Amino acid sequence: MTVFRDLSQHILDITENSITAGAALLYIDIDEDTDADALSIVIRDNGHGMDADMVRQVTDPWVTTRTTRSVGLGIPFLRQTAEMCGGEFEIASIVGQGTTTRATFQRSHIDRPPLGDMVSTLLCIVVGNPQLDVVYQHQVGAEMFFFDTREIREVLGDEVPLSDPGVLAFVRGELTEGLAAIDGEATLGG
Amino acid sequence: MKSLEELRQIKERALQRRKLSGEGSRARVVVAMGTCGIAAGARDTMSAILKELEQRDIADVVVTQTGCLGLCEYEPIVQVQVGEQDMVTYGNIGPDRVATLIEEHVVGGAPVEKWQLKG
Repeated sequence: MTVFRDLSQHILDITENSITAGAALLYIDIDEDTDADALSIVIRDNGHGMDADMVRQVTDPWVTTRTTRSVGLGIPFLRQTAEMCGGEFEIASIVGQGTTTRATFQRSHIDRPPLGDMVSTLLCIVVGNPQLDVVYQHQVGAEMFFFDTREIREVLGDEVPLSDPGVLAFVRGELTEGLAAIDGEATLGG
Repeated sequence: MKSLEELRQIKERALQRRKLSGEGSRARVVVAMGTCGIAAGARDTMSAILKELEQRDIADVVVTQTGCLGLCEYEPIVQVQVGEQDMVTYGNIGPDRVATLIEEHVVGGAPVEKWQLKG
């Protein structure tokens, strides 16, 4: 039992922690390794990080830094999902440098949620957070898709935001075509 | 990225249009994207908002995210602020309500009373 339908919702949820931690740069790496029967998700940010005590605490469902609600559940949810699916979960963090969250899954495990709609997840992260740059790397066997908002912002400059309808259509197209080309299990928007 | 040249042309068109319509944004739309919001379907709501603005070719609306607002039972929560007017908070905004919300509040400037959260 999980609250999220698929892993792409977990990814969106974990990146919200990075944004709250003041990250300016976010790396999302997905590796679908059919030969090793593994799927891994690594999310790395340059936010303000956590000390060892805090890392221990955030993986426990009864701790949160939030003041609006007393229970933070996103990280324990992902940990539970990974561990339930023959995988592992790990958070490494350095104060002042950032946090890396890694979740692995046995790809063929019967309880593993599908990867889900990565196009929507990435669009939400990229458009909803103008102060954040995102580097996305998705590997399926020998095929690789790479997407970097810094390349887009370099062309756009300061005058045109990523949320401009023309740019939005462009980014949606890049993500949809790129993910279709590597032929992984991500679905491509509703 | 294969088509940065195409992006340059998109940028030029966007700049032309911005010159014609003047600076500034007409409205701000904020989607609550905490764990509670995502679990309730906030990503689909945000996707629907982006699609609606893309289809209507609306360039002067800023869409951003925020975290949990402490009103988890009303997720997905969307906030709309038109110009200098007060920010209006809406509850239970699924993708099916997005077109009406954009049409009436963002484009028409009149808040949709029945979906408003009042505290």
